[in-house]
Amino acid sequence: MGDSIDKLRVSITKRYGGKTVLDHLLLEIRGREFVTFLGPSGCGKSTALGIIAGLIPPTEGEIWLDEQRVDDLLPEKRGFGMVFQNYALFPHLTVFDNVAFGLSLQRKPADEIKERVATMLSLVRLAGYEDRYPGQLSGGQQQRVAIARALVLHPRLMLFDEPLSNLDAKLRIEMRAEIKQLHNRLGLTSIYVTHDQAEALSLSDRIVVLREGVLMQVGTPQDIHDRPANVFVADFMGFRNFFNVKLAPSAGGCVEGTAKGLTLRARATAGFAAGEDAVMAIRPDDIRVGKSADGVNTFRGKVELVEYLGRGQEVAIAIESQGRIWLRTTEKTALGDNVEITLPPDKLVLLPRE
Amino acid sequence: MRNDKRSELDLVAVICLLPSLLYVVVMFVYPFIYGVYASLQPMKGEAWSFKNYISFFTDPYQFKTIGTTFALALPNSVVVVLFALFVAYGMRRGIWFERTITTILVLPISLGVIFLSEGILGLYGTNGWLNQILLGAGLIKEPLELTHNFIGVILSLFMQQFPFCFLMLLGYISGIDPSLESSARMLGAGPWTVFRRVMLPLIAPGLAIAFALVFVMSFAVFPSAVMVGQPAGSTRTISIAAYQQAFEQYDMSYASAIAVIMGLCQMVALIAIVLMRRRMVIATTMGVGKR
Repeated sequence: MGDSIDKLRVSITKRYGGKTVLDHLLLEIRGREFVTFLGPSGCGKSTALGIIAGLIPPTEGEIWLDEQRVDDLLPEKRGFGMVFQNYALFPHLTVFDNVAFGLSLQRKPADEIKERVATMLSLVRLAGYEDRYPGQLSGGQQQRVAIARALVLHPRLMLFDEPLSNLDAKLRIEMRAEIKQLHNRLGLTSIYVTHDQAEALSLSDRIVVLREGVLMQVGTPQDIHDRPANVFVADFMGFRNFFNVKLAPSAGGCVEGTAKGLTLRARATAGFAAGEDAVMAIRPDDIRVGKSADGVNTFRGKVELVEYLGRGQEVAIAIESQGRIWLRTTEKTALGDNVEITLPPDKLVLLPRE
Repeated sequence: MRNDKRSELDLVAVICLLPSLLYVVVMFVYPFIYGVYASLQPMKGEAWSFKNYISFFTDPYQFKTIGTTFALALPNSVVVVLFALFVAYGMRRGIWFERTITTILVLPISLGVIFLSEGILGLYGTNGWLNQILLGAGLIKEPLELTHNFIGVILSLFMQQFPFCFLMLLGYISGIDPSLESSARMLGAGPWTVFRRVMLPLIAPGLAIAFALVFVMSFAVFPSAVMVGQPAGSTRTISIAAYQQAFEQYDMSYASAIAVIMGLCQMVALIAIVLMRRRMVIATTMGVGKR
């Protein structure tokens, strides 16, 4: 289904008054790709989506869909589908009429409308709800109607603006899987906006991380997760421990970093030379309790804070002169305990100092 | 226990309601009942009868005031509501100098009917500025007759009621979730289709209420019908008929009867509007929150 496109090329800048909310965002999205715009609120991700949709005029730039320039087209002429955070269903129309809205504007014959709406509703598992009004549905059902309403028109491009933010945690995970399935099954090209990194990681072929209108990193979920390009991305992706270090060479393909009397060893990474200032970062889950065989990267500290997380706990350990190190462990720890922890060198990531 | 708590609360509620109940009884219920009572007793000490009502409906001079009033109130209400809808819809997403523009639009409320009518006479009267300018420019030979007739009253009513209606509709329309409009656009609807198929059905209940209020206010028109209208002829509204009976003929009983008839006319119109509105509302009240 869905008239597949080859590629979407975006090159846009948006300024409100003197404030730049999107600074030369340059992107190329391939057909059938699932791309996520990820970032905290105010990073410009929704503005970027609105500009691609045609709902917000860009200050400068162009948008090309294959060989067609679309940035001067009205939103209703672009043939894109869009799903909104608050569902935006028409409250005065039934589920059937909501889904049929676009088709009836295209003056399709009644039989065809009926058939396509029925197919789409059963695809989003809402067959039998045709005569309900949006107000009679749960949040998850409303969002499925909204998705059906956009998909029934076979959009060239699907735009999702934080579609799951209004749903509870459990439903969010269910709907996430459904969206991914629909994307694959229908061969859609999708752009998805979210501030939830778990959503971005699980859905995307590629993730675009934005910060205050500036592109921070573009990459596969694995890239973004394992090899963040800078402190901002790392911080956003759940790295919780950062050490400002000065690099020095070390044996066995490693570099050493010293920071406030602490010596850390990490795997050498291209682009970082001895003598440079850098940042070493590590996730709480990658830190182990206990000594390493050779004593490298092992530190002793006192438990300062324990956050219970259901499965395991996140513990803050005060290391002399280094402040806190956060780690996640399933071992029982109590406040005031003296613990030895190890930061495995291959889990430490090197990042440029800003 | 729970029931006790309940009745205690109810008692508090009743006590809190007392002042407003008292107000309604003193200011509305009593005068209303007294008016109905007075209308049914043409002379003190006389038996009750429908004499006043019969003479109103058998005297064409009196009876046709109903038609005259409808002829003023209905077109005025339609024009006010449509114009207010047009302006409020245009301003729904905010515009430049919104506060200033809103203030200017709403200003007539604060001026009062008398001042407004004087203004209309000064501007649109036979010797008013408009006619002076047009005559001076040689655009017309005879002054336009815009006052002391039907047009004058419509002008005055429009200026009094537009601000109320505009404010009401602006509040109503800007309360509609803007993403409904965006989503309709994304589904292929142009601005006109968005208005017709999405916004208008959602605005309709508010439109009906605005229409009802404007209509009732217009139906009771009195000062402007006297000052800028032709109270002896084309704009002799039902309120003028009641006034003349009360303060020119000193027949309070007949005047009360006319007032009751006027109230009934307003009520019939209101009921008709409310019934129509109910049909429109059934679907929309079940809609998503955020309105």
